[in-house]
Amino acid sequence: MKQVAVLGMPNTGKSTFFNRITGANAHIGNWPGITVDLMLAKVKLGKEEAEVIDLPGIYDLRGFSEDEAVVRRFLEKTPIHLVLIILNASQIDRQISLALQVKHLHIPAVLLLNMADEAPKFGVAIEVEKVSQHLGMPVLPISAKYGHGYEAAKDAIAHTLSLQAEPVMVSSLEDLLMSDSQLTAEMKSLLHDAVHTPEQIKVNWTTRLDRVLLHPVFGLPIFLATMFLVFQAVYAIGVPVQKWLQAVLDWFKADALTPLLSGLPEFFRGFLLDGIYDGFGTVASFVPIILLFFFFMAIVEDSGYMSRSAFLMDAFMEKLGLDGRSFVMSLMGFGCNVPAIMGTRVMRSPGLRLLSMLVIPFSLCSARLNVFIFMTTAMFTPRTAPVVLFSLYILSFAAAILTAALFKGKFPNKEPFVLELPPYRFPTLKHMVKYSWMQSRKFLLWSRRFIIFGVVMIWLLNNLPYGVPPASSQSFSGIIGQATQPILGPIGINPQLAVALIFGFVAKEIVLGGLAVIYGKAEGADLMSAVAHQIDWVQAYSFMIFTLLYVPCLSTVAVLKSESKSAKFAAMSVAWSVGLAWVASFIFYQSARALGF
Amino acid sequence: MAKIHLASLVPGQAATISELDTEPGLHQRLLALGFRAGRQVMMIRCGWMSGPVHVRIGTTEVMLRRREAQSIEIVNVMSQQAA
Repeated sequence: MKQVAVLGMPNTGKSTFFNRITGANAHIGNWPGITVDLMLAKVKLGKEEAEVIDLPGIYDLRGFSEDEAVVRRFLEKTPIHLVLIILNASQIDRQISLALQVKHLHIPAVLLLNMADEAPKFGVAIEVEKVSQHLGMPVLPISAKYGHGYEAAKDAIAHTLSLQAEPVMVSSLEDLLMSDSQLTAEMKSLLHDAVHTPEQIKVNWTTRLDRVLLHPVFGLPIFLATMFLVFQAVYAIGVPVQKWLQAVLDWFKADALTPLLSGLPEFFRGFLLDGIYDGFGTVASFVPIILLFFFFMAIVEDSGYMSRSAFLMDAFMEKLGLDGRSFVMSLMGFGCNVPAIMGTRVMRSPGLRLLSMLVIPFSLCSARLNVFIFMTTAMFTPRTAPVVLFSLYILSFAAAILTAALFKGKFPNKEPFVLELPPYRFPTLKHMVKYSWMQSRKFLLWSRRFIIFGVVMIWLLNNLPYGVPPASSQSFSGIIGQATQPILGPIGINPQLAVALIFGFVAKEIVLGGLAVIYGKAEGADLMSAVAHQIDWVQAYSFMIFTLLYVPCLSTVAVLKSESKSAKFAAMSVAWSVGLAWVASFIFYQSARALGF
Repeated sequence: MAKIHLASLVPGQAATISELDTEPGLHQRLLALGFRAGRQVMMIRCGWMSGPVHVRIGTTEVMLRRREAQSIEIVNVMSQQAA
């Protein structure tokens, strides 16, 4: 099968194009360097099938970043039939350098000028024919976002591909690349001939918006207020839907499943209904909240506002030994820590990367958000619950700041920080819906494995040895819970909560599913009031502090180890977060009790 | 004439890049972002608390720290109307 590699600079819509041509769903981000894993897909191009590979977005074939090394290695090691170059048409004045570099590698190539709809707005006019003559390759304007010019591009790609029978491999790539002065000269001649750029660009709505959003005084408060609004919106819309879904699931259990399974022995019926159904159902009822969260995050991320937050926060992050990118990655971590940790690959300095990786796990991810929404709704009044939830976000930031401040001496960093600020773009509604749906599906598929394992284990521990009263002190979970009391007692975590916490080490979704199983036995009352009946708010808040700060999940630990290539580093991160969690909960719990709460 | 660098521009001023005086890694990145000798660069804004600067070169907008901006030497400073 023929091989086609997709190459392009960050922020050119390369992933959007890849998704469109493959029908797959590589994630797109308006953030340099987000595509780090190589994605590939089989695509029918003309009469033949080809394998299309999405290379990481890079600036320069001579560049020094890890992604740039990956692309060089790829081109030197993999025989390919065609390179598809994607550039941003409105920034052709600088991006054409990448196409010129590829020209000198003598690989068959097609250049796609993406965001062709945006270029005229900047006053950029391109004579496609002339660009094509200079480069010696077909050049086509497209809009990956709206699909304009897409069919013509596909035909041109198929045609060029059909002419190439044998694959090509670039040997000694470094020797083929031009010197900077030669490249500058070739760029000048091409641009002079084929491209008309205005002397000064018009004031557009990006510049107008930046005047407000990057305002020296109001910029940061506006950003924080925006994030606060996002979380409030998720809460305000998501919680009623979650409650409604939970009611539907409860109704289905009581009116359909219970009569249906009435023939089964008590032990198995309990296992299926109170174990698996309740555990998984409780987590599943939170999917609307996850969906909403990623929907809003897609707007923040793809609009270009996320890069602006790097600008706003950089001065502060620099004092912590980090930079604006670390802030953006931490923000991504509020969705899920795992991709955020992988995103640190754009950093070259090992010190900066490790310090960022140490900080990211304190980002309150969507799995933890479920636990907190559940707990706050159960324990606090509708008026105070959102405030309590917000206090956990503040705590999440505080833990990250404390960690960076304490460890920055250990991970010194002198990496220069230069970041592109792409123009503001509004993602299409279709994209936002698709993106949040994909993320939520990933969450559900991902958590299914862990939750079923977790709730089954917890249910069994609660109900074995056979015949003991469920979750009593004679059950296995009672015994384990009791054993933790010397350590967890002083922070207000009772034996039942302790069991949920222990399994939460695997994944935070289990904490919630586990609570459902542990407290689900209460007669005639729903789960939330059962929890509220057993513990008071001080215990609940201490439990939430601990859940927030201790190791996010096994996957995060695994990715910390693989990305740092150091088991020692991963172990240190775990030890630090568990230690911090205990100390923070201890201080809170003991002072609250001392104050008489 | 004393050398002047990009960080010394005030918002609204533009100048021509004369030389990049940086380590190789940053040098390549700056070139790819459009910072080449002879090109015009405009200062849009400076971040608070000696934070990063926001500049425009061609149609590309870039933020960089002042330390990095100090390594970009410029000539022909001219004032323009604010961006």
